[in-house]
Amino acid sequence: MILKTKDITMQFGGVTAVFKLNIDINDGEIVALIGPNGAGKTTAFNMVTGVYTPTEGKVFYTDAKGEQIDITGKLPSDIAKLGIARTFQNIRLFKDLTVYENVLIANHLHLKSDFLSATLHLPWYMNEAKQMHRNTEKLLQEVGLWEVRNEKASSLPYGQQRRLEIVRALATKPRLLLLDEPAAGMNPKETEELTEFIRQIHREYNLTIFMIEHHMDLVMEISDRIYVLEFGMTIAEGTPDEIQNNQRVIDAYLGVDEDA
Amino acid sequence: MKKRDMILTIIGIIALFGLAFFVQEEMDSYIRRIVNLCLVYAIIGLSMNLTNGFVGQFSLGQAGFMAIGAYTVGIFTVPVEYRENIFYAMPMNPAIADIELPLWAALILGGALAALFAFAIGTPVLRLRGDYLAVTTLGFSEIIRIWITNAQSITNGALGIKDIPPLNDVRYIFLVTVICFVFITLLVNSSYGRAFKAIREDEIAAEAMGINLFWHKNLAFMVSAFFAGIGGGLYGALLGTVDPKNFLFTLTYNFLLIIVLGGMGSITGSMLGAVIVTAGLEYLRFFDEPLMLFGMDIPLFRPGFRMVIFSVLLMVCVLFWRHGIMGTREFTWQKAIDFVKNPLGFIKRKGAAQ
Repeated sequence: MILKTKDITMQFGGVTAVFKLNIDINDGEIVALIGPNGAGKTTAFNMVTGVYTPTEGKVFYTDAKGEQIDITGKLPSDIAKLGIARTFQNIRLFKDLTVYENVLIANHLHLKSDFLSATLHLPWYMNEAKQMHRNTEKLLQEVGLWEVRNEKASSLPYGQQRRLEIVRALATKPRLLLLDEPAAGMNPKETEELTEFIRQIHREYNLTIFMIEHHMDLVMEISDRIYVLEFGMTIAEGTPDEIQNNQRVIDAYLGVDEDA
Repeated sequence: MKKRDMILTIIGIIALFGLAFFVQEEMDSYIRRIVNLCLVYAIIGLSMNLTNGFVGQFSLGQAGFMAIGAYTVGIFTVPVEYRENIFYAMPMNPAIADIELPLWAALILGGALAALFAFAIGTPVLRLRGDYLAVTTLGFSEIIRIWITNAQSITNGALGIKDIPPLNDVRYIFLVTVICFVFITLLVNSSYGRAFKAIREDEIAAEAMGINLFWHKNLAFMVSAFFAGIGGGLYGALLGTVDPKNFLFTLTYNFLLIIVLGGMGSITGSMLGAVIVTAGLEYLRFFDEPLMLFGMDIPLFRPGFRMVIFSVLLMVCVLFWRHGIMGTREFTWQKAIDFVKNPLGFIKRKGAAQ
């Protein structure tokens, strides 16, 4: 098990955005979190990645050595260093920097040289820097963004920006990747390409993927398991088939006929 | 390519060094003074550009850090035998009364003290963003000045320190400027510099990419304060006297003007901005003189009028030319060579790109 949340609750003043959420994600799985708008999906993500500290409950992460670490309330940067990377619902690229720089920056967290040796370009920093450039080049070639490496991130077409955001997260060498609505605003063809891309990175980079998504074709096609959230509470959990036939999920999405 | 640029840069620096020698030997003291001021302002402008332009944190504390540097130079380089005369109102604190340092040591000490102070205030202050950060840093810069005014046994209070061995050596200041520029250029081009830019572009994303916001902001703030301290030290040595009133918060706006005009996030822009602002302030002095035209006294030409002109310039710059001269671009040899080879084509291509 790579990630485990234990009864995490998030309250904003009097509003409970997420209530006693329990999620278990096994190594190598693709797990989706779905639910109507405002169900608390992104809040759940923010609690896992340290943007919010849960009002109650704990988040546990198992690192590569198999040690279970309590990551509740840690800084987002420390959580990223442990191997959890994420993307954002509204694209957050470093807009004025090039595609190459965007990916290169994501290598910074593994830098061991202190800032003085980096500034003075001392040999051990130069070695690390070379490695960072090699990693970036390799990654960009593998995911097909090499041709646009010198473009400004904001000048890429929308679909490519989404892809770049995922690639940037990959550059931090994560074991667990959190995707917040990766297909938001995409047409069916782009969604199909994205599905294939997520499959590809899941296979090639030995990842566990946890994602929020509204496109049901994508979710049903690639998820191993699905959690359904409504008003901050888990209403269902299971394989895509189970979820599709779950009456509570259907009610949550389609509404209940009050006369019935 | 990289090698060629490196060689050209070294040749450029040597050529400028030659120019510094020429200015030192051949030019009158007025020109020397302007050149020195340009260089000192460039150092401080660049230090401010590091936090404001590269890390994107709107900090207005530069005058305070300068004051720390300038006073360190003032206190420790004044010859011991003059001190009794200078500190006539209240004798100097015996702990430091006999310490005299060479200028370079005092500069480094001043920079280090400024950096230390930046670290101390950075811890709470850098949690703020935008305007709030600006107001707080401005406040701390005033606190430094007021502390200096009141710590009479150390700083001689409102009387200031005079008889600092004057520094009017263009070569010395030029050397310090080169060191500062090379250091910050290297820093900005290192992985840490890229992390700074990431913070400027998007703090939340930078943090999610494993960049510790607090530590990186504090680091940039300290480096910035260090060089502002050095610049302030040179400023004090250049004037030969330091006085708390030199370091009013309005001084910071000179540097703000420099980096806005030169380009937030551009190293060469800071240099350019410093030269334009400093030389501009000097050569616009005729606006301060009363002007008689056809026997009429033109009413606006009074002392201080050039500051009005400068304010208008700044406003025009902010309104119509927000990215300044350089934006976040840098001077590169490739661009210079393209320009020399084909000036018209270069301008055309640049126009098309925009």
